[in-house]
Amino acid sequence: MDGGEERRKRAVGRLCSICHEKKAALKRPKTLDQICRECFYAVFEEEIHKVIVENNLFKPGERIAIGASGGKDSTVLAYVLSKLNQEHNYGLDLFLLSVDEGITGYRDDSLETVKRNEIQYGLPLKIVSYKELYGWTMDEIVKAIGLKNNCTFCGVFRRQALDRGAALLRTDKLVTGHNADDIAETVLLNILRGDIARLGRCTQITTGEDGPIPRCKPFKYTYEKEILDYFSTECIYSPNAYRGFAREFIKDLEQIRPRAILDIIRSGENFRISSSTKMPEQGTCERCGYISSQKFLDVVNDKVVKVGKDFMNKSRAVIKWCKACVLLDGLNRGLPKFGIRRTKDSQKVGEHRVSNSETTVANFESKQCGNLDF
Amino acid sequence: MRLTVEFGGGLELLCQSIKIHHVDVNHKAGEEKLIMKDLLCWIRSNLIKERPEMFMKGDTVRPGVLVLVNDTDWELSGQLDTTLEENDVVVFISTLHGG
Ligand SMILES: [Zn+2]
Ligand SMILES: [Zn+2]
Ligand SMILES: [Zn+2]
Repeated sequence: MDGGEERRKRAVGRLCSICHEKKAALKRPKTLDQICRECFYAVFEEEIHKVIVENNLFKPGERIAIGASGGKDSTVLAYVLSKLNQEHNYGLDLFLLSVDEGITGYRDDSLETVKRNEIQYGLPLKIVSYKELYGWTMDEIVKAIGLKNNCTFCGVFRRQALDRGAALLRTDKLVTGHNADDIAETVLLNILRGDIARLGRCTQITTGEDGPIPRCKPFKYTYEKEILDYFSTECIYSPNAYRGFAREFIKDLEQIRPRAILDIIRSGENFRISSSTKMPEQGTCERCGYISSQKFLDVVNDKVVKVGKDFMNKSRAVIKWCKACVLLDGLNRGLPKFGIRRTKDSQKVGEHRVSNSETTVANFESKQCGNLDF
Repeated sequence: MRLTVEFGGGLELLCQSIKIHHVDVNHKAGEEKLIMKDLLCWIRSNLIKERPEMFMKGDTVRPGVLVLVNDTDWELSGQLDTTLEENDVVVFISTLHGG
């Protein structure tokens, strides 16, 4: 064993606080316990199992789609879920669900990872492409609208793509690999933006229960660092865009006080929303039938008039479209910027004219690549 | 001192996409041992080819970078003061990107 044993022996003095036999190899951020790798794998899996049981995430016989990006979170989620499903007889039918946006070169690595997971974990894989869902690849969309605006499409299309893929697979639920750091980041950003509706939603472990495909996050209380620890033996995931300031801030906080991540999630959960606050209602898109609790756009005489919510003009026929349909409608009519405008004040619904017709277009805030949308 | 330095989670992009580096690092003049603090300095000037701020913040690694010395989190061995020995394996993995 080329001196490996020996090296490990001298490396650290302390013994694992669980088994008291092996040398500790890592420190748990939640508890500051110093434990060995074997015990870590066991407590990591046991905690996820507890979260699943305590929150009644699944029922026996359910078909579950795992949103699989090829990244570390969803890879670990797929592995742990299939392991727990076998060990604890959840009785679940698990599927891997991936989205191919149709960006040349972009998904090659991650789709390779997902295909490898399909074989390694023996889980059936469905890859849904933007082309089959929307009739457009992301490359074609970028060509039509230019690089600047495509993040609006990314966010809106990506979110719906998983739901639609899950519907194609006829699954009962969709699980995603969002971890405690993701949720803490979202809590902070939603507080900073004053987005009460999303703040209420983003800490829930299951969302969309009244819709056709509820989503849940078994890693809600799982630190990103531990997912990485769990994964570090097989570090092959494909790199993605680096994240923004709120994420860095969270990592800085964790450095000073590891519990901070859980504390932020708790404070998000404990936010009391005044009952007089109007929450966006759930609706069904009258063009494609997509059900969502996201804002819908009101369309009058084939023209978008306002971001959904409380607008109602009784004297005119108002129909509701989902964001994807509004964007697609613009693309298909050769008005690719229809429905998009960046605005500094996301609270206020600004209006601007497209061409010289009477069409007024509502903006909705452009978000970065679906980061905030759970 | 011969060491193996590995980068993962996107950090390899800062060093020409090479994940595993077999390196030979000399002790600082007048010092008897090599500690992680010295190794970070050495990596910064010898391995990192772009955006060093993605790897380091101040004189340590950026928060969110996982550091393992011989498969053990460096938090347990004294972080910057961790003493390195011949043939040690040091791994850096970034969490700061999409999952
Ligand atoms: Zn142990
Ligand atoms: Zn984007
Ligand atoms: Zn629609």
